[in-house]
Amino acid sequence: MKVLALIEQRHGKLRSSGFEALSLAAKLAGNSADAAGVLIGSNVSGLATECAGYGADKIYVADQPELGLYNVLHYAKALEQAIKNFQPDLVIATSSPIGRDLLPRLAIRFDSELLTDLVALEVSNGKITGKKPMFAGKTIADVELVELSGKPGFVSVRPNIFAIEKPGNGTASVEKLTVDVSDNRLKTIEIRKGASEKADLTEAQIIISGGRSLGSADNFKILQSCADVIGATVGASRAAVDAGFAPHSMQVGQTGKTVNPSLYIACGISGAIQHLAGMRTSKVIVAINSDEEAPIFSIADYGIVGDIFKAIPLMEAKFKELLGHDA
Amino acid sequence: MKALVLIKPTPDTEAKIMLTSDRKAIDHASTKFIINPYDEFAIEEALKLKEAGKLTEVVLCTFTSQTNKEVVVKGLAMGADRAIIIDNQGCESLDSANVARLLAAAVKAESPQIILGGKQAIDDDNMHVLTMVAEVLGLPHVNVVTKLEVNGETAKVEREVEGGQTEVYEVKLPVVLGAHKSLNSPRYTSLPGIMKARKKQCDVKTPADLGFDGAVLLAKNKAKFQNFQPPAEKPPGKVFKGEPLEDMVDKVVKLLRNEAKVI
Ligand SMILES: Cc1cc2nc3c(=O)[nH]c(=O)nc-3n(C[C@H](O)[C@H](O)[C@H](O)COP(=O)(O)OP(=O)(O)OC[C@H]3O[C@@H](n4cnc5c(N)ncnc54)[C@H](O)[C@@H]3O)c2cc1C
Ligand SMILES: Nc1ncnc2c1ncn2[C@@H]1O[C@H](COP(=O)(O)O)[C@@H](O)[C@H]1O
Repeated sequence: MKVLALIEQRHGKLRSSGFEALSLAAKLAGNSADAAGVLIGSNVSGLATECAGYGADKIYVADQPELGLYNVLHYAKALEQAIKNFQPDLVIATSSPIGRDLLPRLAIRFDSELLTDLVALEVSNGKITGKKPMFAGKTIADVELVELSGKPGFVSVRPNIFAIEKPGNGTASVEKLTVDVSDNRLKTIEIRKGASEKADLTEAQIIISGGRSLGSADNFKILQSCADVIGATVGASRAAVDAGFAPHSMQVGQTGKTVNPSLYIACGISGAIQHLAGMRTSKVIVAINSDEEAPIFSIADYGIVGDIFKAIPLMEAKFKELLGHDA
Repeated sequence: MKALVLIKPTPDTEAKIMLTSDRKAIDHASTKFIINPYDEFAIEEALKLKEAGKLTEVVLCTFTSQTNKEVVVKGLAMGADRAIIIDNQGCESLDSANVARLLAAAVKAESPQIILGGKQAIDDDNMHVLTMVAEVLGLPHVNVVTKLEVNGETAKVEREVEGGQTEVYEVKLPVVLGAHKSLNSPRYTSLPGIMKARKKQCDVKTPADLGFDGAVLLAKNKAKFQNFQPPAEKPPGKVFKGEPLEDMVDKVVKLLRNEAKVI
């Protein structure tokens, strides 16, 4: 099976989830000749060498000044071009803001369909199957693409689930794409930076989240200080966001981000179903809450019944001690 | 200038998920349905544009079961002018691409300048349909919209992406827009408002009215969903209580290092 992966970049930097998609493409293809990646942007040709060694022989590169800022109409054209040249059976991307924006257009353009945000993906005998959380994670469905009759199938996968595998130092050949960017109905004026320079919540390996009980935006600094020690990104519950303690971009849950870190520390968060929807697939969950009946404890691997204002600084000190000993 | 808002009735966020005995489908018989929460932001935004004199009409459109008429009435009670229900009887399980083809035909018949919807339906969690409608119609789209400003033939649109970043666009109308939570705060509906809304125009159409044969569309389905399972149960965790806080914190931090190996 021929598999094409979209390797995402922002501001000239490859996102780690792009390597996840590329590794997965190589694995599903079974041999490097049947796997390829596609890079879209401005001044991104140099990044193609960083994509070698992941098991894909070819990297398509669309490198034009007009592709510097993400624009769905132009990026869709670029991806369309790569698909036409490579003729894959399957196209995969990350279920990121860019991946989720592009693939529905391409699925229609190639008279095909799309499965989004899969947490498992397999191909056998030409069959594309996977697992998809639905209803905010309350159920997981077995999903399959059928009746493709030669058309490429489209899949986006959740970040932080599929392993990055770099089997060799092999080289990848680069094929340049020329993209028609004459469609000017949509113009990207700018991409405004967010408040935090930290790893994005959806890609973070460790997240410390705070709830309503933090009481103020200022108190979120307690979390930030602890987060800095272990390289964590700070998240928030909706109640904390609605109260103005944290910006909406930090919200975890059904109407916020779906996160999947290796460690999620919930501080003073009750564990409402809509919050769990966004973080229940975290590999290890720690809950700190003064109410031992709080639902968050039902999905926690480790829990502390106690006051966050005392527990978080203590935890920060312990982390420092632990990591300090290592140094 | 007209706005068409695509709305999808979805199970209430609190609803338990019941499965049919063969696990092939979700059993909705006893589920309360609401307007997909993101679609409420879309309706609100259209109403605000109308109140600002930038639109003359707000039309709701949904592909759903006629039994969800009350959900549509709630949207009318918010202030929409009229609604179109495309009855999904016999083709309840159409995949996203097919739903988009149907909705695109309905949009085309109305030729609105602004097509709004939610960024994502909270049942399938797909984020497909609006973008697909835009592609079928050959229109630009912006999804996950957090700010909208309509100025005559163009709109300035902001969209939230990863890392708290915001993409800022200028787009020519007509355009398809997917609403995010922080776009606005949807208004409440009153009981008298709902009574009045029941009298508003609500046309029921079939796929055939839009030029489609439901059976043919079904046969073209390419996405298959089956065997719904609950998420894997976790074994109960180690919850510490009643000990000195410092000891409990110490234990958990050590477990994170030695047992879970995540620090
Ligand atoms: C359609 C819809 C979508 C939603 N989407 C989201 C979403 O995306 N994300 C989300 O998070 N929520 C979402 N919600 C809201 C959700 O239902 C909850 O209201 C919210 O998650 C509660 O936030 P919280 O846990 O911070 O606050 P609370 O539920 O008020 O919990 C506060 C907790 O802090 C504990 N506490 C208080 N003081 C201390 C202390 N000193 N030390 C330790 N613990 C303390 C309390 O015991 C309590 O458990 C949504 C709701 C709806 C209806
Ligand atoms: N059956 C439907 N009828 C009307 N609008 C829909 C339907 N399905 C999806 N939509 C619209 O498309 C958005 C995204 O849905 P989805 O792709 O299912 O996540 C929703 O928020 C609605 O605005």
